[in-house]
Amino acid sequence: MIRLPGAARRQAPGWPEYLADRAARVQHPLLKAYCAAGCPDPATPIAEVPMAALDIETTGLDPRRHAIVSVGVVPFTLARIPLRERRYWVLKPARELTETSVTLHHITHAEVERAPDLAEVLPELLEVLKGRVAVVHYRQIERPFLDSGIQARLGEGLRFPMIDTMSLEARLHRQSLWARFRRWLGRPPVSIRLHNSRERYGLPAYQGHHALVDALATAELLQAQVASRYSPQTPVGELWS
Amino acid sequence: MEVELLEIRQHMGRFPPFDALSDELLDEIAGQVEVAYFQAGSDILLLDQEIHELGYIRSGAVEVYRRNGELYDRRGEGDIFGHFSLLRNHRVRYPVRALEDTLVYFLPDALFQRLCEEDEHFADFVELERPRLESVVEHQKKQNDMMITRVRKLLTRYPVMVEASTTVQQAARQISDSGASAVLVLDAPGDNPRYTFRDSEERAWQVCGILTDSDFRRMIAEGRGPETPVGEVVGHHLVAIQSDESVHEAMLTMLRNNIHHLPVVYRRHPVGIVHLSDIIRYETHSSLYLVSNIFNQSSAEGLARLAPDVRAAFVRMVEDGADSRMIGSALSTIGRSFTRRLLELAEEALGPPPVPYCFMAMGSMARNEQSIVTDQDNALVLDDAFDPELHDAYFLEMAKIVSDGLHACGYTYCTGDIMATNPRWRQPLSVWKGYFLDWIRDPTPERLLHSSIFFDLDVVHGENVFVEQLQDLVAEQAPQSPLFLAAMARNALNRTPPLGVFRTFVMEKDGKQNNTINIKRRGTAPLTDLIRVHALACGSRAQNSFERLDDIGRTQLLAPGVSEKLRHALEFLSMVRIRHQAYDLQQERTPDNNIEPENVGDTERHTLKDAFQVLSNAQKFLKFRYPVPSGAARRSRGSR
Repeated sequence: MIRLPGAARRQAPGWPEYLADRAARVQHPLLKAYCAAGCPDPATPIAEVPMAALDIETTGLDPRRHAIVSVGVVPFTLARIPLRERRYWVLKPARELTETSVTLHHITHAEVERAPDLAEVLPELLEVLKGRVAVVHYRQIERPFLDSGIQARLGEGLRFPMIDTMSLEARLHRQSLWARFRRWLGRPPVSIRLHNSRERYGLPAYQGHHALVDALATAELLQAQVASRYSPQTPVGELWS
Repeated sequence: MEVELLEIRQHMGRFPPFDALSDELLDEIAGQVEVAYFQAGSDILLLDQEIHELGYIRSGAVEVYRRNGELYDRRGEGDIFGHFSLLRNHRVRYPVRALEDTLVYFLPDALFQRLCEEDEHFADFVELERPRLESVVEHQKKQNDMMITRVRKLLTRYPVMVEASTTVQQAARQISDSGASAVLVLDAPGDNPRYTFRDSEERAWQVCGILTDSDFRRMIAEGRGPETPVGEVVGHHLVAIQSDESVHEAMLTMLRNNIHHLPVVYRRHPVGIVHLSDIIRYETHSSLYLVSNIFNQSSAEGLARLAPDVRAAFVRMVEDGADSRMIGSALSTIGRSFTRRLLELAEEALGPPPVPYCFMAMGSMARNEQSIVTDQDNALVLDDAFDPELHDAYFLEMAKIVSDGLHACGYTYCTGDIMATNPRWRQPLSVWKGYFLDWIRDPTPERLLHSSIFFDLDVVHGENVFVEQLQDLVAEQAPQSPLFLAAMARNALNRTPPLGVFRTFVMEKDGKQNNTINIKRRGTAPLTDLIRVHALACGSRAQNSFERLDDIGRTQLLAPGVSEKLRHALEFLSMVRIRHQAYDLQQERTPDNNIEPENVGDTERHTLKDAFQVLSNAQKFLKFRYPVPSGAARRSRGSR
């Protein structure tokens, strides 16, 4: 694949340094523990990196107005996705659940009534994410929602490295020379949504919009992307952002 | 149920062997799955590596190889791999590579072993070859009553028996009083120990015949008085059946002998009489009516009009769950009845035959394995007094009547011209003996290529003894001729099975794909060919492949258990062929021997693969078992 020079080498954010710095500064013991566990060196081959596919379903797109309704996490490696380690929580959103989000996420009002607040599940959630690199599809949801959700409960926010399968697809289909050529021809851009991306790798269609199913779907997508576009030796620093 | 596992559970629940598992087990399986993605061309399992997981293909496709690198199987969505090695030493015996981009669900060994222990169906499925074939075939058999129900179950009363000296009038009164429709006639023990028994008072008797309503009619027509002793009017050819034979066998015995009452004996003691109607109650849609209808027709045109009835009877037998032996046997009986009736009509038209003859069937009819798609293979064996100048015109005309008549009834002309209309196959017994001796003593694969069909031979009508002499000759000579067996064996390898069915294609051993498979050419025919070779080698006189396997199984020709495997493979392949033909008929299409892979179900696809494997292994063994004797090839060439 031809890429524009400069686009290939993306600025690494220096995640290990960032987390070490945060570990020294944050007050809340949960966040301190998470940051202290750190993350792999950017040069680590992706095959050796413990990961956790993460997906959250929300009542909308704006973290200031909308809330998280469910969280799905599947710890995995490049070789295997063990389903028995899966985690899934339905949460009680601080704000009203809208009718569309109810039908979209297959969560009923009754389920939500009994559900805990994010604060109650944070210890478990951070425990399973700790020491692993999170893998999401479209980090612009997961990162700000978790950041502001945690900020609201613990008084401090949390940001951590994420491999974004959507941006890996975007590098290929949106930023490549070929993609620009297509755009110049007036062709519609290739869809990089989860379902369409999976289709390109021959992955099966799963029923979407369930946090755990989407987390599993994202983990499979990363395995497929690495198998066909990268290699097990690719440094994790080339993939995360 | 956790909704997040539905994705996985629902998918697995659609494919064997998971489709038969309980919901609880499926939930547990889904929860223990480990997922992995493999790009096309990448290795999934390497030869001899350790293995502790079962692979389930969620999407994509893989290729399974033999140790020597030969393609063993191609598997797609819903198929499993690795079970063979898990059941043995946990070392990969069949390496696996991704053919397409493939998503695999792995199940831990402990769970796999537990499923094998807890679920019989699952265990049967993952064990290779024989067990699955066996369980599928056994399952088919269980569904069928006629085949396993003993004829004694049909008996409701003890038979009425009279002494030979009893007057016809007394016998008639006894029949009326007891509400029976026939009596057995007893005499002092004489020429036939088969029907000799002792009664409760230790007196010895012999059953010498059966007297039915029609005998009374005939007697009155002949002007005999009521005082005539029954011994004088009773027929002397008694046909009876053992009480532990199947209802199906009883039906066939009646059809073969064209009788409506059949005495049943336990050892030699008469225990009852079965009437045709007792069996018809058992067999809902009877091919019996069809056969009696055949014998009621007075012209070839009338016979031809019965062809749709034959097809209907065939479809009903399949729907009723008959097995391949019953269907093959019933269709052969129907075919023989057509032939016999045409011969009777020919004799009516041409007058009595100038010399005795025997009309002989070859191929599937002789084996009692006829299908609904069949041509005619027949011949005439004539008395040695046959003089072509004087008699051949008669027999040619007879052969034409039969052959044309059969063609009109749906038994198409033989493309290889193996019909009694061909002068080569209309010869006196001595010439026939010469043919067989020549084939056996001076064989080459080329010469035998078109004559192997003659080694399935049976009487249809006429002087049985002519054909029986030929059968004796073959049974005596064949086992002593290694060269003949080697030539037959080589010809039996001309047609080989494919590897199996993958998605909507037939996959060949070289990895090529075809759209249809001719199940006869690639399955049942090569299997009957190789069974014939073993049968000839052991001097079996049986013509039916299953009966031949019985004979073969009593010898040391094959390793223990192999003849059972062959039996199951033949039954399964025959049934696949039969079911697809019945399906064609139901869809109002012309039935043929082709199978379209899209009409093959999941379980059937797996079993098909096993059956082909059995055939393939048996063919390999055949080559090795009947080698060309050293020095023989030269001698054969020299004599040519």
